[in-house]
Amino acid sequence: MKHISLVIRTLAAWIITLLIVFPLIWLVLTAFKTEQQAISVPPQLFFTPTLASFAEVNLRSDYLLFAKNSVITSFVSTILGLAIAAPAAYSMAFFRSPATRDILMWMLSTKMMPAVGALVPIYVMAQTAGMLDSLPALIIVFTLSNLPIMVWMLYSGFKDIPSDILEAARMDGANVWGEFLHVIRPLAMGTLASTGLLCLVLSWNEAFWALNLSSAKAGTLATLIASYSSPEGLFWAKLSAASLMAIAPIVVVGWFSQKQLVQGLTFGAVK
Amino acid sequence: MSFLQLKGVEKVFGEVRAIKGIDLTINKGEFIVFVGPSGCGKSTLLRMIAGLTDIDGGSVQLDGRDITHLPSSKRDLAMVFQSYALYPHMSVFDNMSFALRLANVDKAVIKQKVGHAAEILNLTKYLDRTPKELSGGQRQRVAIGRAIVRAPKVFLFDEPLSNLDAALRGQTRIEIAKLHRDLGATTIYVTHDQVEAMTLADRVVVLRDGAIEQVGSPLELYDKPANQFVAQFIGTPQMNVVDTAKLPELREVVGASHAPDGFIGVRPENVMVRPAGGGKLPARVELIESLGADTLIYTSVGHNGNGVQIVSRQAERTSLAPGDSVGLDIAPASFHLFDRQGHKVAAR
Repeated sequence: MKHISLVIRTLAAWIITLLIVFPLIWLVLTAFKTEQQAISVPPQLFFTPTLASFAEVNLRSDYLLFAKNSVITSFVSTILGLAIAAPAAYSMAFFRSPATRDILMWMLSTKMMPAVGALVPIYVMAQTAGMLDSLPALIIVFTLSNLPIMVWMLYSGFKDIPSDILEAARMDGANVWGEFLHVIRPLAMGTLASTGLLCLVLSWNEAFWALNLSSAKAGTLATLIASYSSPEGLFWAKLSAASLMAIAPIVVVGWFSQKQLVQGLTFGAVK
Repeated sequence: MSFLQLKGVEKVFGEVRAIKGIDLTINKGEFIVFVGPSGCGKSTLLRMIAGLTDIDGGSVQLDGRDITHLPSSKRDLAMVFQSYALYPHMSVFDNMSFALRLANVDKAVIKQKVGHAAEILNLTKYLDRTPKELSGGQRQRVAIGRAIVRAPKVFLFDEPLSNLDAALRGQTRIEIAKLHRDLGATTIYVTHDQVEAMTLADRVVVLRDGAIEQVGSPLELYDKPANQFVAQFIGTPQMNVVDTAKLPELREVVGASHAPDGFIGVRPENVMVRPAGGGKLPARVELIESLGADTLIYTSVGHNGNGVQIVSRQAERTSLAPGDSVGLDIAPASFHLFDRQGHKVAAR
């Protein structure tokens, strides 16, 4: 009996996994096809792979520019986010006041509003500041979008550090920066790393603001993908190739850091 | 010679006045114990001296310097926490040398100082271990070592023995006493255990509800308590405190015929149990506690079921049993008088 239930569970797991992964697998396959092969019915599973689509994508649009923008906006927004979120989480974890809980809930509530609700005001602000189609605008918006999650994750991680260890450090002569450097950083390294990685991934994948606030100069890889859904019709092979080129870097990063990401997302603390 | 001076120190939490205008002078090299029931403010006061809790009023002077508003890191004080608060990611050596490393002290000097402290505390072979590889008693010694290495002006101990088992507590208490004798450092020690207070202190500060009830040497507090609270807080078993309204004849028995309305206090070791018919106060045995070296006899004096409990303590074993009739005698001039507000009344 147990054997059968195990088989059923394994089968179910495989089916669900395939359902989730199938679009990605198809994406990878389509990227190596020609346009003809891509739109053929019935869909072809076996074909000779070609790099033609990749070449054309590279020719038509400046992949390297968009890639560079993605990298810059992701990394800078992550560093900025950590620089703002860490002190905030520190004060909330170790200097609680009655308002702390309310502030945290309020921060979380801002993520519940669809981004499109803030589109017009932010667009107008960016335009007034002359910052449309500029990297700083994107960096600011990415940082602010990710701050609530970062503060929450760091807060949870910091809370697990007993406050009397910090008091001991204070008695030993550490100022606030010393406390952070010598006590919090080593003990909360896991949380800091996974928060940073999560922010990196979220910023990299951020498409809504990238599309609305940028055009030619500050576009990220998200805009690159979007530019392939044109009114002339969908060029599946080129779209797939562009998509693959856009997501490949972050999938690799995620693959190598999956342990930290899972740990951070499940609020596992380093003990 | 005043080394640490507290003047009118106040602390308010919201509406509550937790520390009420404390004045205290501590001399160099003294071992001071703050003792009192839970919630009396002893830990709060210690943390205010350490700088971990803000001082809302008054001032603290250390060796001529006003440290009232200085951050903890600049007060030149070291604290041993109840939970030890060791840095879990550092070795014993790094834990003990942390403060010196922060001060950029020369590595060779660090090694020498840490080595010396480790030797005094028998930690030399544990220097490379991390806190989770140590027992409770060893962790506690590392916490003490961390404080010693800094050679601070004052050592602060916040209930350091509370987390140890009884045997280790007794042992470590002796080690702390020896350490103080050898180092001669000014120490403030907070505890709720009056045995620690009696054995370790040069002077004891008894606190209640944020105010000082009495300051004095352990035996001064024992023999001459300033009020009923101190009288009943110090001494195990507790001093017998009897309401004169409930047992008026006690006045004659203790030799205080002119005692005013209030309470009469007699310590158990000054109550002698005589066979029935003897003694000045008839009583009935309620309970016997044989502790080996001591025997406690709980008696009930008075009739009609409203018996007043009087405890007697003696060194000899007894063959008495609950229900036996006995007579009680009180050692001459061993009583304490208190009025209805708990203040001490002089015996006439």
